[in-house]
Amino acid sequence: MNSLNTLTVKDLHASYGAIQVLHGVNVEVSQGGATAVLGANGAGKTTLLRAICGQINRRGTIELNGEAIDRLDTADIARRGVAHVPQGRGTFTTLTAEENLRLGAYTRRKSGKVQQDFELVYSYFPRLYERRNQQAGTLSGGEQQMLAIGRALMLEPKLLVLDEPSFGLAPRIVQEIFGIMRKINREQRVSVLVVEQNANLALDFADRACVLETGVVVTTGSPEEMRQNEDVRRAYLGY
Amino acid sequence: MPAPKQLPRWTEQRLIVVAFVLVACVLPFVVSNYRVFQLNMVIITSMALIGLNLLTGYNGQISLGHGAFYAMGAYCTAILIDQFGVPYPIAIVASGVLCMGLGWLFGLPALRLEGLYLALATFALGVCLPQILKYKGIEHWTGGVQGITLIKPDAPFGLPLSADQWLYFFSFGVLLILLWVAHNLITSHTGGAIMAIRDNPLAAAAMGIDLARYKTTTFGISAMYTGIAGGLSALVVQFVAPDSFGVLVSAGFLVGIVVGGLASLSGAFFGALFLQFIPNVADQISKAAPWAIYGVVMIGFVYLMPEGIAGFIRRARASGAHARTKT
Amino acid sequence: MEQLLHQIAAGLATGGVYASLALALVMIYQATHHVNFAQGELAMCSTYLAWWLIGAGVPYWLAFLITVVVSFFFGVGIERVLIRRVEKAPVLSVVIVFIGMQFILNSLAGWVFGYTIQQFPSPFPEEPPFGNPFINSHELGIVAVTFFVVGLLWAFFRFTPAGLALRGAAANSDSAGLCGIRVGSMLALGWGLAAAIGAVAGMLIAPVVFLDPNMMAGILIYAFAAALLGGIDSPVGAVIGGFMLGVLENLAGAYLIGTELKLTVALVTIVTVLVVKPSGLLGKVVVTRV
Repeated sequence: MNSLNTLTVKDLHASYGAIQVLHGVNVEVSQGGATAVLGANGAGKTTLLRAICGQINRRGTIELNGEAIDRLDTADIARRGVAHVPQGRGTFTTLTAEENLRLGAYTRRKSGKVQQDFELVYSYFPRLYERRNQQAGTLSGGEQQMLAIGRALMLEPKLLVLDEPSFGLAPRIVQEIFGIMRKINREQRVSVLVVEQNANLALDFADRACVLETGVVVTTGSPEEMRQNEDVRRAYLGY
Repeated sequence: MPAPKQLPRWTEQRLIVVAFVLVACVLPFVVSNYRVFQLNMVIITSMALIGLNLLTGYNGQISLGHGAFYAMGAYCTAILIDQFGVPYPIAIVASGVLCMGLGWLFGLPALRLEGLYLALATFALGVCLPQILKYKGIEHWTGGVQGITLIKPDAPFGLPLSADQWLYFFSFGVLLILLWVAHNLITSHTGGAIMAIRDNPLAAAAMGIDLARYKTTTFGISAMYTGIAGGLSALVVQFVAPDSFGVLVSAGFLVGIVVGGLASLSGAFFGALFLQFIPNVADQISKAAPWAIYGVVMIGFVYLMPEGIAGFIRRARASGAHARTKT
Repeated sequence: MEQLLHQIAAGLATGGVYASLALALVMIYQATHHVNFAQGELAMCSTYLAWWLIGAGVPYWLAFLITVVVSFFFGVGIERVLIRRVEKAPVLSVVIVFIGMQFILNSLAGWVFGYTIQQFPSPFPEEPPFGNPFINSHELGIVAVTFFVVGLLWAFFRFTPAGLALRGAAANSDSAGLCGIRVGSMLALGWGLAAAIGAVAGMLIAPVVFLDPNMMAGILIYAFAAALLGGIDSPVGAVIGGFMLGVLENLAGAYLIGTELKLTVALVTIVTVLVVKPSGLLGKVVVTRV
């Protein structure tokens, strides 16, 4: 239970140029666990993920399995095993679905294991296999989300970071995707950090949650604690 | 200790302008004829640079082919004087009007082009123009490869000025008028709209600014300035030929506004001085040197002094004033 | 009829050169959304290098190879030193840097090699293949080399991991970074390739137009026109556009407007494409989201 966290973030400050967005954020993802970050628009959730992945100016402690990654650039962080599924999917729209997946595995050397992972991804997302030679930009929103997650899996990640995976998708697809995310978390033992506006969904999925408000974490706890917290309930769960 | 007295900004500005005009008026009498010619070219180039700056610096439309308008202005003046005996002041005005029309016309398709596409199209224009000017089909007008020769007009009313000096004052007068117009344009509502289009075209359109009208008009005015400059150059150089108006003229103008400062009227002088006098110095080193210097300077300015000389001076004065007010 | 075929054949040859350069332009555009205004001067400098090597006694194809490799690294160097600094700068600054580069390269060539026009040898025999009256060996050679280079590039992009990574970096540089791809290196690679292609194009066209520091200006305009015609983000389009334009130029020159105004064909093409269909024949229409 108290083994090394996959991800430890302490006192993280992040800014876009002169504008500071995060003011000392603390987040943890345990080994094989799943942490959800809740918050309204503009709270800084996407900024948090970008900061972790080295895409913006940041200051503070970020540790992946005990190793400091706060001084590394994005490509290096990815190579260390952090797979980020960005807001809006970030699909390589002009490439085929399979090429998208292949790019996820770009930094990996052992081609045998890569081939296995292709099969794994296709087993999670059979629809992608059907459309593997189709241009990624022509896939539906849900399929592109699956593709983005698949691409992240191809990295053989230790930590999967997702930014609003439910965004713009129909409820049925969202359930499907979260179901697969659960499987990935359990079967592949990949730790997950997910940012979600859909608080119910996130609390069903995660084993730990925190609420971000204007760049600071205001509450953290287990999903049950969150559901019992009146402020959280009223603000994010609607009752 | 009382704080040092500081003149209000606008008085300072006016003093500078007056001093500048006085110096400019005295110069032709104390320097050689050749220098007067050079200073005249500085004046003319400044006009062209103001023209380009209006379009590129203030309005954000990149033109790499303004030499074409310069050429068209020059040829228009030359043809009117040489073939039709038109008096030169009218020929110059005609050049301006013609280029305004041509600029406006080019501005129409330019509406569809952004940034580097426009740069590309204007670049092609600049490269192609000498070829068009050499075309045998219009040779009887343009004089083909040989071009047209003109004679410098003498000072009117028997004034005791050499032809060079007279042309200098004539150009200077034209420049002052054009400067006044440009200054008023920039500080007016129209100027604000023009710059808004440069900074954020979508927002400008959303605010109700008619992008098409302003952009084409700016193109026209910009071309007019450069066309007038071209016309005057025909008189001063006494000669127009296709090879004098190659792509390097356009490129030179770009160098001029980068060095002088984008979106700056005073910058035109610094740019023109640079363009006129650096080649003289550099030529002594080697034929290749002037353009190598231009290249290095341009790149250097982008990295180090993105606001050009004018911007640098402005900042220096602002920080100086700031330091003075902080007792 | 014979004249027509000859014009078409010669047009295909120059078209091959335009196609290669257009391809280089498109590659850089795809990766960086910048138009490489200095592409012509880069090619010209490479050609001078080859000329110098050959003059020093190096056999043609060896000089060719060395030039291509050196040009590749020169392209990489330029990306690292100059272009990387202005990646995020406004369009005007980028254009200025490119034009400045053009000046410097042009002056460099003039200073080192002088401005007299030089002859550049062709590796292909004097006699036309099979004595035919339509196309000479050099022209055929240009077309063959163009197809070879284009084919090589295609294979690189389609089948190699680096090629895929470069395509990815061009399609979405943020996501590429998230996959662990060093986008900066990819850009440098792209520039290196573009410089190498330019070198090939320069060496192919030099025997025809003769070597001097200003030889590439007109050709570059055609390459721009070809790239735009085909679609500024379509490599296939660039190649097709190049060949089309080469033939068009020759036919227009021979039958319509005379050889003096040939450059205007490029100008008219550029303006027409930009006004009528900016995405070109094969390019994709980009919708700007507010």
